[in-house]
Amino acid sequence: MSVDTVEDLDSFRRRARDWIRANLKPLDHAALAAAMAGEPSEEQELAQIQHERHLMRMMFDGGFAGITIAPEYGGQGLTPAHQRAFNEELSGFEHPSHLMVPNVSPCAAVLLDFGTEEQKKTHIPAILKGEELWMQLLSEPSGGSDVAGALTTAVRDGDEWVLNGSKIWTTGAWWSDWGLCLARTNWDVPKHRGLTVFIFPLHREGVDVHRIEMLNGSKEFCQEFLTDVRVPDTDRVGEVDKGWTVGTRWMFHERMLYNSPLITMPAFGRPITSSVSPIDVARDAGRLDDPLVRDLIGESRMLETVGARLQQRVGQGVRTGRLSDQGAAISRLFIGVAGARSRTITFQIAGSAGGAWSDSDGAVAGQGTGYLMRQTGCIGGGTTEMARNVISERVLGMPRERSVDRDVPFREVPRGPSADTRSRS
Amino acid sequence: MLFELTPDQDFLWETTAKFLTSQAPVGEIRRRREDPLGYSPDYWRRGADLGWTSLLVTEEHGGGSVSGRGLVDLTLIAHEFGAHAAPGPLGPANVVAGALSRAGTRTDVIGALLAGSATAAWAWEEPGGLLAGRPPQLEIGADGDEVVLNGTKKPVEAAADADHLLVTGRSGDGLTQVLVPAGTAGLSVERLRTVDLTRRFAALHFDHVRLPADTVLGVLGGAADEVEQQLQQALVVQNAETVGAMDRGFAMTVEWAFDRYSFGRPLASYQELKHRFADMKSWLEGGHAISDAAAEAVAAGDADAAHLVSVAKAFIGHYGLELMQDCVQIHGGIGVTFEHDLHLFLRRVTANGATLGTPADHRQRIAAIAIEEDSRS
Repeated sequence: MSVDTVEDLDSFRRRARDWIRANLKPLDHAALAAAMAGEPSEEQELAQIQHERHLMRMMFDGGFAGITIAPEYGGQGLTPAHQRAFNEELSGFEHPSHLMVPNVSPCAAVLLDFGTEEQKKTHIPAILKGEELWMQLLSEPSGGSDVAGALTTAVRDGDEWVLNGSKIWTTGAWWSDWGLCLARTNWDVPKHRGLTVFIFPLHREGVDVHRIEMLNGSKEFCQEFLTDVRVPDTDRVGEVDKGWTVGTRWMFHERMLYNSPLITMPAFGRPITSSVSPIDVARDAGRLDDPLVRDLIGESRMLETVGARLQQRVGQGVRTGRLSDQGAAISRLFIGVAGARSRTITFQIAGSAGGAWSDSDGAVAGQGTGYLMRQTGCIGGGTTEMARNVISERVLGMPRERSVDRDVPFREVPRGPSADTRSRS
Repeated sequence: MLFELTPDQDFLWETTAKFLTSQAPVGEIRRRREDPLGYSPDYWRRGADLGWTSLLVTEEHGGGSVSGRGLVDLTLIAHEFGAHAAPGPLGPANVVAGALSRAGTRTDVIGALLAGSATAAWAWEEPGGLLAGRPPQLEIGADGDEVVLNGTKKPVEAAADADHLLVTGRSGDGLTQVLVPAGTAGLSVERLRTVDLTRRFAALHFDHVRLPADTVLGVLGGAADEVEQQLQQALVVQNAETVGAMDRGFAMTVEWAFDRYSFGRPLASYQELKHRFADMKSWLEGGHAISDAAAEAVAAGDADAAHLVSVAKAFIGHYGLELMQDCVQIHGGIGVTFEHDLHLFLRRVTANGATLGTPADHRQRIAAIAIEEDSRS
């Protein structure tokens, strides 16, 4: 689309505002808080996902899906500023919060970067319509941070590839449709040079999806076991053995998180995925007037606000080239650490109810369980330790850590005494 | 500091950066350690010529911004002040000039501030702090066609040598501001000791100081909104300056980490230190982000300006010092010597962290605003 035919921002914003108000429901924070107090049942979760698929379809039909994606793939061909305007107008309204990360980004983002024309034309519109939900088959049980050390193997067989291995930490794989999978296609070259990316439907023979129970009772995460999964070569993304080129960009999208120009998410207000407000906890703990508690509330709000503004700054810096692509690690680190601190704060405000509570205790109920999960924000999506490596080495240019796996065939890389058993467990 | 500047902003920033590099090098700052003023009057006049004091003054009164948002433009200058640990009453002169311009009074004083031939101080702080809902103890009472001031203001930046003192006090339940000329009878000035090398602070003691009622800015007892705006502006300048000092301290320490070898390898190769640099980088960029966000919001008069500016101070006041002390730690013993330059920036960040409300004061303000909003929703 040429520059002079792009809809101007003000007109787009008015159109977006009218459409949002006419079609979407305002967020009901009380109902959301109540719903988040306990783990949803399987039926509730499926109903929520079904509703969000419907919201995706409405946005597609309304001309607001894929705002920065080219029209030939079902998008609107507009700019990040248009996406930002839409996100601002979306503040306070329902939105498909589960279907953005990783479905639209990194998954659709990676397809847009590396997919064939046919792959993009088949899948991008389906993702934007809510017809296909994608998830990423990236981490493995043998190592979370060492993504390029993938053991899941793809072996060529004529026009097909045969995949075997296991992937883990996939969110909502049991209700998703397609997976983006990093696999090893060559064991005789150094690890970064023997990887390839494939896509395949999840509900099929040879793909066994297990749900993992977390410390808070959530079964959102899954592990998949792949047994002789046959994938046509036309479902390969990027070149054979050049999967790390794809993977690097994939992880860039992952670090951009909600800051990606592909993501439709309210710009203001508490995201509905966030934890309970420390003010609600303080009120229900009867400690809202305690200056020490108010100090903690102030700190929590401070970290939340700075994190959001930092994410905007990093997004802008990366878009304009003032920061390297790797700069996304800066906001990833900050938000991970700040999130852990905020979990500690609500736990502290909850007082004794953080250790034992009844369901009628309101917002203090379950803060102890939330605290048990404190580190998840520093682990998922690449650990904060990896982010610190990226910032010091790639942003500040400091010497890289010594590696013993860089220039040797992957087959010869030491794997630890129980690696073989772990990878099958 | 903003990633993207307009060409005019870029010019403003660059001329100030160059001027400070040549006129306020560290040697000059060290030389003026015992100097009562901390800078030469000529330095301040030449800085005023670059626009240092004009950005919060309307065009009608001889001022003007370069981008339409003078306070945002001012943060570029403040950033360089921090990055050079530069002397001069940047915050106070701008806050007072802006207040006079909004009040539409004393255009003669505005003109002198714009020219750099006079300086001003804003006497707001009091011992014990003012942010936790405590009203000022300095009283401003009406007596016929005069006002009478009684009480103490402490600490007040650049007050001892200022020509004009904008004093904030209490009249009954309301706030009042009076422009007090230096040397007025009943006013005594006590120079304070400070951690900063070139900025000066004073305590002002008012003992039945009488002035004509027309020295009151606006209405007696009706200055609360104006005082809040001045506080927000002063904090925006202070935060941008602190971030500038953090920038410089961090850059010096990164350079040191590449230069300094221990056990045959550079400090920058140790993962423990690399990870601390990564944390510092996240605080530094967070400081930039929130400082700029608050400046935009205050400049635009947004509803969340008070929230953002307190978030900025609470964050930068706390993490700025954490960053600077970590820089000291990574420098080792040399980092706590007067000989090394790192302390010039540690001093600036320390003084800024303690004044205009501590991080703890601002966390209370953030909580109060959040709880108030929460009870309305």
